[in-house]
Amino acid sequence: MSSDQPFITDESQVVTETRDARITGQGDRFNSRLREAFGSSPFILTKFDKFLNWCRGSSMFMLQFGIACCSIEMMHTYAVKHDLDRFGSGVPRASPRQADVMIVPGTIVSKFAPRMKRVYDQMPEPKFVVGMGSCTISGGPFQEGYNVIKGAEEVIPIDIHVPGCPPRPEALVYGVVKLQERVANGEAAPVTVKPYELEEFSDLERDELVDKLTDQIDDDELVMRYNFADSP
Amino acid sequence: MSLERPDTVDDGGVERTPDELEALLGDLVVDRDDHLNAPAFVIRPDTVQETLRTLKEQAGYDHLSVVSAQEYENRYESIYHLKKYDDPTQEVSIVVPADKDNPVSESAEPVFRTADWHEREAYDLIGIEYDDHPDMRRILLPETWQGHPLSMDYDKDRPQIATLPEHANPLEDHHKDAESDTMFLNIGPHHPATHGVLHLKTVLDGEQVADVEPDIGYLHRSEEQMAQSGTYRHQIMPYPDRWDYISAGLLNEWAYARAAEDLADIEVPEYAQVIRTMGAEMCRIAAHMLALATFALDINGDFTATFMYAINDRERVQNLLEDLTGQRLMFNYFRLGGVVWDLPEPREEFFSKTRDFLDQLPESVEEYHNLITSNEVFQMRTIDTGILPPEVAKNYGATGPVARGSGVDYDLRRDDPYGYYDELDWDVVTEDGCDNFSRLLVRMREVEESAKIIEQCVDLLEDWPEDERNIQANVPRTLRPDDDTEIYRAVEGAKGELGIYIRADGTDKPARFKIRSPCFSNLQTLPEMANGEYIPDVIAALGSLDVVLGEVDR
Repeated sequence: MSSDQPFITDESQVVTETRDARITGQGDRFNSRLREAFGSSPFILTKFDKFLNWCRGSSMFMLQFGIACCSIEMMHTYAVKHDLDRFGSGVPRASPRQADVMIVPGTIVSKFAPRMKRVYDQMPEPKFVVGMGSCTISGGPFQEGYNVIKGAEEVIPIDIHVPGCPPRPEALVYGVVKLQERVANGEAAPVTVKPYELEEFSDLERDELVDKLTDQIDDDELVMRYNFADSP
Repeated sequence: MSLERPDTVDDGGVERTPDELEALLGDLVVDRDDHLNAPAFVIRPDTVQETLRTLKEQAGYDHLSVVSAQEYENRYESIYHLKKYDDPTQEVSIVVPADKDNPVSESAEPVFRTADWHEREAYDLIGIEYDDHPDMRRILLPETWQGHPLSMDYDKDRPQIATLPEHANPLEDHHKDAESDTMFLNIGPHHPATHGVLHLKTVLDGEQVADVEPDIGYLHRSEEQMAQSGTYRHQIMPYPDRWDYISAGLLNEWAYARAAEDLADIEVPEYAQVIRTMGAEMCRIAAHMLALATFALDINGDFTATFMYAINDRERVQNLLEDLTGQRLMFNYFRLGGVVWDLPEPREEFFSKTRDFLDQLPESVEEYHNLITSNEVFQMRTIDTGILPPEVAKNYGATGPVARGSGVDYDLRRDDPYGYYDELDWDVVTEDGCDNFSRLLVRMREVEESAKIIEQCVDLLEDWPEDERNIQANVPRTLRPDDDTEIYRAVEGAKGELGIYIRADGTDKPARFKIRSPCFSNLQTLPEMANGEYIPDVIAALGSLDVVLGEVDR
C-alpha cells in the first residue's frame, strides 16, 4: 500500500472525512492496533499532568547502583527469569544524570552516606527512591553497628520501602511496580526533614568535636555530621 | 638446591615440633601461650621483624594469614597467624603484647607485604600503632573518625563527622615536567565496574596507570562487633551469610561452624558433613557463576548475553539451594554440630533435580567457553594482562582462585581437610598463566570440580540408611568455652582462605571475633597487577580478582 492511499481496516470499511484527516500523511509503518482503537478521532482528551505522569511511570530509568547483599538480588531482578524490563523499568543507567529511580540496595555506613547523598543530588528531577531491604529501613541486622546509619531515610527521602533481608526479586518487582503506579497517579511521598545533611564544615555548630577537627578539615569541605545518640 | 644458595637452610616442607621452633627462635621468645590450633610464642614488640623473618626464611612459614589485634584489661596484643603454603596444617602464632598506655609495636610489613593493610586495620579498629609502617592511616573508617571502635573505652553514641573531600593527585608534584603530566581519576565508590562500593584512586600518565590505591571501608558494617555481641549457639550464624554475599553463604557459615565446633569440641555427624559438603559446593558454583557473569560484564560491557546465561545457571543452583535451605541468598542453614534440617521431602525429587542440573552443566560450561574464553577480543583483553607472579601472590597472602591462577597449589579443602572432602574424588585446579585469563579459567574449571563433588555427595546421600540420618550432634543449649582459649580456623571459601579467630572468655559470647577475609588480602595485590598497565586492564584485573566488598570491609 503506498502512502498516499488512506488506511482502511477490514472491519471498518467506512471512510469518513475525519478519519481521512487523521490517517493521511503518515506512512504505513506507523499503523497499529492502538491507532485503530482510537477510531475516527485524531485527538485524545486528557489532563496534561495525567498524560505526563503516565509517560513517567511507564518508562523508568533505574540507576545501576550496587551497595551490598541486596544488589545481588537486584541483579537477578534485572536479569533473566524475573526481568524487570517487562514492566517498563528495567534499563539500568550507569550515570545518575540519566536515571530517575534509585534503588538503594544495602547498608549505608558512615563513609558512604555523603557519597550516596551526592549521587542522589546528581539525579535530575523528578526522582524517586526505592529502599530495598531491612538495612535501608532501620539498619536491619546491623542496626547496633558503630558505623551504620540507621536507615537510608536518615539521608535521602524514600518513596517505597521493600522489606526483607534480602527481599526476593518478586518483592522488588512488586515494589517497583507500586512506585510506577504511584508515579502514574501523581502521588508523591511526603517530604520529610532529613537529620543528616551534607554541609560545609564552617556551617556546623561549633562544639568540642568541631574544634578538635578544625585543623584537619578545610572550612569549605563538605561534611556530614552523625548524631548517633539521637538515632533510633 | 643451587650452589649459590646462602647458608640458611630452606627446609620448608619439614615439620618442626613446637620445642624445635622455640629453640630456633631462641632468645626472641619471652613466653609460651599456646592456641588450640597452633603453638604460640610471645615476643617483645620491637623484635617482630626479626622473629617473622627467621620463621619465614629458616622454617618455611611463608603465609601470613592474618593479623588479629585486641585489647585486654592490662595490655594490647597483635597476633600474627603464620602458615605454610605447602602445608597449611603447620601453623604457628606470634603474640606481640603492647603497652596499655602507649601501644606501639614493630610493623611486619618489611617481611610480609600483606601486613600493610592488616596492621592499618588493627590501628583503625583497636588503636595499636605500628612502628616502621609505610602508611599508618585509618583504612575502614573515615579519616576524621574519633576513637577506635573495638577498643574497650569506646563510646558508640558520640557524634562523628565524615567528610566528602576533593581527592588530590598524590603524584602531581614530583611527576610533573615538560614532557609528561599526570591526571587523577576517581573510580567509584559508585561505579558499575567496582562490584560494589570500592573506590580506586587512580593516577594516569597518558593512557597508563602510574598509581592506583584501593580505598575501602564504604561497606564496613561492624561485622566483628556484631559477632562479638551474639551468643555462640544461634546468634552469630546469620551474619556469615552476609560477609561474602555472592551466594557463598554456606561456605561462610562453615568458616564460623568449623572454628566454633573446634573451640567447643563438638563432633559433627557424618551425614550432616555430607549435606554440608554438597550445599557448600552448590554455593561455590553459584558464586563462580556470578564472578563469571560480572567479569564478562566488565570486559564486554553492559548487560550482555554471557551475563544473562550465567545468571540463568545461577538461578538453577539457587533453586536447589532454596529447596535445601528455604532461602535464596541468606541461608542460615548450618548449626553448630550439624545442619538445621534434613534434605527436603520427597528426597527423590530433590536428587533428580540436582542430577538434572549436573547433567546440563557441562553443556553450559562449553557454551561459556564458546562465548568468552575462545573469543579473540576477550583473549586480547585478558591474556598477559594483570600479571601476578606466584612469589608476589604469596607475599600478599593471596589465596583461592587468585593464588591458584598464579600456580600456587593451595586449597584448604585438600590441604587442611574438613567436612567430607578427603573421602571424595576431585582435583585442585591450578593454572600457570598468572594473568586475568588464568584466574577466570581456574573458576570455570572449579565449577566442574564442584559438580563432581556434588554428584558423589548425592550418590552417598541416596544410599544413606534411613535410621542413620543424624543431622545434628548433641550440643549444650548454651556454649561457654573455657576462659582464655584461642583458636584460628579457616575453610576454603569461594574467594580463598576464609578464617575466623575466636578468643573465648568463659561467657557465652566471644571476647574477640576476627574475620580473615580472603578478598581483603586479594584486593591488596591490585596495585601490583595494575601499575604500568592501561586503564582498561585495571578494570579487567579488578574483575578477575572477584572481590566482594561485604567481605573486604566486613
